[in-house]
Amino acid sequence: MIPQQEPDFNLNHLKLYYGKLFPFADLVRWVSYGNDGKHPGCDQSYIGRREFSFTLENDIYLRFQSFHNALELENSIKEKTPVKIDIGPVYTVDPAKRNAYAQSGDNNVFAPVERELIFDIDMSDYDDVRYCCSGADVCLVCWPLMTIAIKVIDTALRDDFGFKHILWVYSGRRGVHCWVCDGKARRLTNEQRGAIADYFRVYKGNENSHKKVSLMGAALHPFLATSYTNVLKNYFEKNLLTGQNLLATEERYEKILDMIPDESIASELRGRWQDSRRSSSAKEDINVVRWEQCKQLLQSGKHKAQGLRRCIEEIVFCFTYPRLDMEVSKHMNHLLKAPFCVHPKTGQFVICLCTIFY
Amino acid sequence: MEIVRPQNRRNLLSSSNEAVSAPTIPLYRSAPPLEVRLEDFESFAIDRLRVLKGISDGMSRGKKAEEMENLVKDLWKVNMRHQEATQVLNKDIISHFVLRLVYCRTEDLRKWFLSMESALFRYRFRLLNAEAQRTVMEEFDLPYRAVSNVEFESIKEKLGQVARSMGQPSPTADAIFYKVPFEEVPELVAGRRVFINQGYAYVAMNQIVSLVATQFRSQLSKALILTNRKWTSSIREQEKHRLTPIVEALSSSYLGPDYSQSREYADISLKDIDQVAKSSFPLCMRHLFDKLKEDHHLKHGGRMQLGLFLKGVGLNLDDALAFWRSEFSKKVGLEKFEKQYAYNIRHNYGKEGKRTDYTPYSCQKIISSTPGAGDHHGCPYRHFSEENLRAALSGMGVNSQAMEDVMDKVRNRHYQLACTLTFEALHGMPCDAGINHPNQYFSDSQKILKPKKDSSA
Repeated sequence: MIPQQEPDFNLNHLKLYYGKLFPFADLVRWVSYGNDGKHPGCDQSYIGRREFSFTLENDIYLRFQSFHNALELENSIKEKTPVKIDIGPVYTVDPAKRNAYAQSGDNNVFAPVERELIFDIDMSDYDDVRYCCSGADVCLVCWPLMTIAIKVIDTALRDDFGFKHILWVYSGRRGVHCWVCDGKARRLTNEQRGAIADYFRVYKGNENSHKKVSLMGAALHPFLATSYTNVLKNYFEKNLLTGQNLLATEERYEKILDMIPDESIASELRGRWQDSRRSSSAKEDINVVRWEQCKQLLQSGKHKAQGLRRCIEEIVFCFTYPRLDMEVSKHMNHLLKAPFCVHPKTGQFVICLCTIFY
Repeated sequence: MEIVRPQNRRNLLSSSNEAVSAPTIPLYRSAPPLEVRLEDFESFAIDRLRVLKGISDGMSRGKKAEEMENLVKDLWKVNMRHQEATQVLNKDIISHFVLRLVYCRTEDLRKWFLSMESALFRYRFRLLNAEAQRTVMEEFDLPYRAVSNVEFESIKEKLGQVARSMGQPSPTADAIFYKVPFEEVPELVAGRRVFINQGYAYVAMNQIVSLVATQFRSQLSKALILTNRKWTSSIREQEKHRLTPIVEALSSSYLGPDYSQSREYADISLKDIDQVAKSSFPLCMRHLFDKLKEDHHLKHGGRMQLGLFLKGVGLNLDDALAFWRSEFSKKVGLEKFEKQYAYNIRHNYGKEGKRTDYTPYSCQKIISSTPGAGDHHGCPYRHFSEENLRAALSGMGVNSQAMEDVMDKVRNRHYQLACTLTFEALHGMPCDAGINHPNQYFSDSQKILKPKKDSSA
């Protein structure tokens, strides 16, 4: 477990970072999407209509900051030394001038017009399926959950939705963010964003509900089927089963037995496992052995009951499938931490992650 | 449209429009050149409002698609008749445009009207035969290509998977699919009811409804904004003595109280909260309240749902701040509470930012929310497992007989009826109106438990 020591950054270090390393020009070039060029097609007002927000050291929060170019952004950041920088949407008009345009709420002349499609995946949302850490802690044993999430979502964004310009970043503390920057993505409405987020949603529930993953139907949707076959199954069986010791102790295997709707099968497994503590065949990992037994019983084909058909997949999905924060993706005006800034609680950088796999 | 006085009993409404007998749905693109009698102006609108209200009730009871189809068929038949067969279509069109005037005037009204009219359109469309459906599709000018045989072969297996994932048979060789940019069919995308590849969704013929409904909805949404502008800039003033009073009366008569102003029974102060939580909170709020006491924290969704409810119950801003502060400071400390949470509470009361005075959530809104990991908001009748719901209800004091009735309603997805039964079991009195709003539960409960306070000076 990576110890969360007191962040070793103080304002001076931050000033130094902003003074010498922070990539102002690149950041602004990125979010200008070509509008900072010289040719007549460029919209000179574009960058000035983008909202930034700063959080200053004494928790003073400044919204609706805007800049006409990288230099202005740089000067402002160097002067204010914000501990957190967020990026918001591009509005119809310069956010600094919004009050001049706001009429009675109905004439909404100040509204977002473009915003990257964003996703936020937070490790603490997986607390019920990881035993190594909880809350804001992250370690090498549970980090694969993020890798899984990236692979599943990135693949779908490209193959299913046809997006091409996708940036993944480490959020600086306990998760990852995704920025989809295609023009088409930036112009999606809230409803369309919500639809994509719902397309990705599988895990439904919290400690109050029982069945958190429910895969009905005679077949899985191609997106879920591909995710399962190409990513989830392998990570679960070759990585998480053992890494998290999912079936090694009674407390842990009971959790999985709880997900089997057929009590007779659960009892049979329970019976076998309660005894097998004695057997000392250390050849194969106990989790792997027990999982094989589960699969044998549940996929044997003898049991045609509806609830059992997808039981194995449901368990795998429950432990591995990405859990997105829906609200982040659904609204154009949601602010998200800017890449390259420093997470105020950890002192760690919000950095880009490479997505080269296969 | 021209409104004429009742004295002029002329032979109105020459149907220069579509053939009246064609069983089709008008698209309400523009106000037709018809003359309407003043009394019809109001009565047509009321009839249509009954249909829309019926749809709203059906939706909040979680009725499934086929049930809604039948409901719409009945509602339409009962309310939208006219003695002269030739006038049926005109009544349809006129009533829609009158209601546009009524419901264009605020964001909330527009949202409601848009939802109901879209639902109405969607179910009426489903009831049309295939040819009529194709005609309507053409009216919308949707340039979607049918998928070629070659392409169909290459994706047939995936299409089959999608169909079977929905409990439907795989498509046959002669099935027609349309290739549509995914942004055009958000509902289908959200429900994973289509195969999507490289930005295109493959939509089955029977899903075309969704496509068309989205178009209808977006057209109506734009039209409502324009109508509102015309209303505010000219119509309202011009019609001050004639139509405006009718229009204004029509909207408030149908949406019911929104509980944004506290009522006479409900001046709750800080010291009363624990007591009234036990006696008069509906289960959803009781659960949030208990969790708050237990964890000294609630996530955003829970803070909104409970916070606005308390506002509706009559908790003033200072007491609200004291309440949340006393719980949250036990977990996050006073300073952090002031920095991170106090602002939002003031925001809810309309004292910050754009100063909207937010209204407490209705049952419909709560039922349709999506609580995720770590959340406790939502409607327990919908979002809890059977086990947890039973435990929660017996914690409230519901006896075992009533419990079975409640669970029966839950199984049939009648969440509000379940809540109503709970109310009746706990208070020993019937609640004929049915529960539609948590604050209604609260005030009805208080009415029974406390004799009416004398109205304050």
